[in-house]
Amino acid sequence: MRIFDPHIHMTSRTTDDYQVMYDAGVRAVTEPAFWLGQPRTSVGSFKDYFDGLVGWERFRAAQFGIRHHCTVALNPKEANDPRLAGVLDLLPRYLAKDGVVAVGETGFDSMTEAEETIFVRHLGLAAEHGLPVLVHTPHRDKAEGTRRSLELVAASGLPPEMVLIDHLNEVTVGLVAESGCWMGFSIYPDTKMDEHRMVKVLAEYGLDRMIVNSAADWGRSDPLKTAKTGAAMREAGFDEDAVDRVLWRNPVAFYAQSGRLLLDEAGDGAADATATFEGNSILRGQRPA
Amino acid sequence: MSAEHTERLFPLAAEVAADPSRLRVLFPAVGRLVGRGPTDPDDPEGLRVPRIEDRARAALVAAVAASSRLSPTELTTMLTELYEDGDGDEKRAVLRALDDVDIPGLLGLVEDGLRSNDPRLVAAAMGRYADRHLGADVWRHGVLKCLFVGVPLDAVAAWTGRVDDELARMTAAFVAEREAAGRPVPEDARRILALYRPHPEGER
Repeated sequence: MRIFDPHIHMTSRTTDDYQVMYDAGVRAVTEPAFWLGQPRTSVGSFKDYFDGLVGWERFRAAQFGIRHHCTVALNPKEANDPRLAGVLDLLPRYLAKDGVVAVGETGFDSMTEAEETIFVRHLGLAAEHGLPVLVHTPHRDKAEGTRRSLELVAASGLPPEMVLIDHLNEVTVGLVAESGCWMGFSIYPDTKMDEHRMVKVLAEYGLDRMIVNSAADWGRSDPLKTAKTGAAMREAGFDEDAVDRVLWRNPVAFYAQSGRLLLDEAGDGAADATATFEGNSILRGQRPA
Repeated sequence: MSAEHTERLFPLAAEVAADPSRLRVLFPAVGRLVGRGPTDPDDPEGLRVPRIEDRARAALVAAVAASSRLSPTELTTMLTELYEDGDGDEKRAVLRALDDVDIPGLLGLVEDGLRSNDPRLVAAAMGRYADRHLGADVWRHGVLKCLFVGVPLDAVAAWTGRVDDELARMTAAFVAEREAAGRPVPEDARRILALYRPHPEGER
């Protein structure tokens, strides 16, 4: 089983996590920029954070045979802090980089005007840089947050296939399925989705545009939830190809739209990463742990 | 680099030579626009031999420098910004570019690379620019860092001509620590010690 975890905050995790992830089949990840668990107080903190995402964390992952990508944005919680408005001006220099595969996480936390303003600016930046968008949906008032997010995406003119609406559940999946956007599910130990509920959603809605992540971070979470979802899929009768599609080919196809995936390490950088790498289970050019 | 890489690189080099400000946009995009990967299959990370994207980025810097459209100060500022705003690959490529384009005032970037714990940056920092400009103290610590982090000694430009008493002492101490810990001693450490010939008494 090869796994691309399309949403995991590895900066918060240990080298032991990288090792068990590799052992479970994880070969690539995307780390969306988010908050620290407490507020940052200056734009400079974001510069250091983004530099870490494209620098040290990418190197750390490579030591364990895992290809690390990231998304950058001013996250919804901190979009409300006027001290951090300058973060928007930092973003273009990162959005040009290899391995920066989307704008995100953006979207709503408390459904404020400031969140909406920043969200709309992120959608514009994505269009300008030819990048997909990773949209966080709120923990509270999720259905309304999802509905409003889809309205803003539609109004932005971005093609729906360039947008992944994340942290969905049984209540919100239908809205997104109709929209043509990709559907993301964060599988958590206690809250959000669990792997068995996820399998039921897959059985009901099919595998098209379905993305599963662990969203593991500094809170109670499990970086192996992708692998556990794969196991639950097999128990429920899905075959290997279906598991591979949900856990590898779908996230690769979504992020490959950026043209900035780093999977095609040894080959032609101008080539399309999806075309080159579908069917390859082993990534090249990596240091064994 | 293959003929295809060169073919893709050529118009980019012409573009930055005509308008150096384009380097800010094209430098990060080189892996996508020209290609990436090792030039020596035995050196996948490009520790000894620059990778395709390193060479292509260095060629763009060389094209800007050769165009004479920027003053030396402007060129120094541009490379500093490319380095400071760069990801690991871009930082490495700036250091690689200094092998062939001798731009003064950028030792700070080399020293930053040597402080990192990324072997690819450390290797690139010990190239020909370091050989030309780095003071003996920092250079020796750079060599020792290479031994520590597993950068092959052959990545260090012209190292055989710079082995001195102090580097031999530091290397011998490193070997003793490794042996005390029961850890393997890199062959490169022994190469330094084998090369070193202490001056006979009275000749120092």
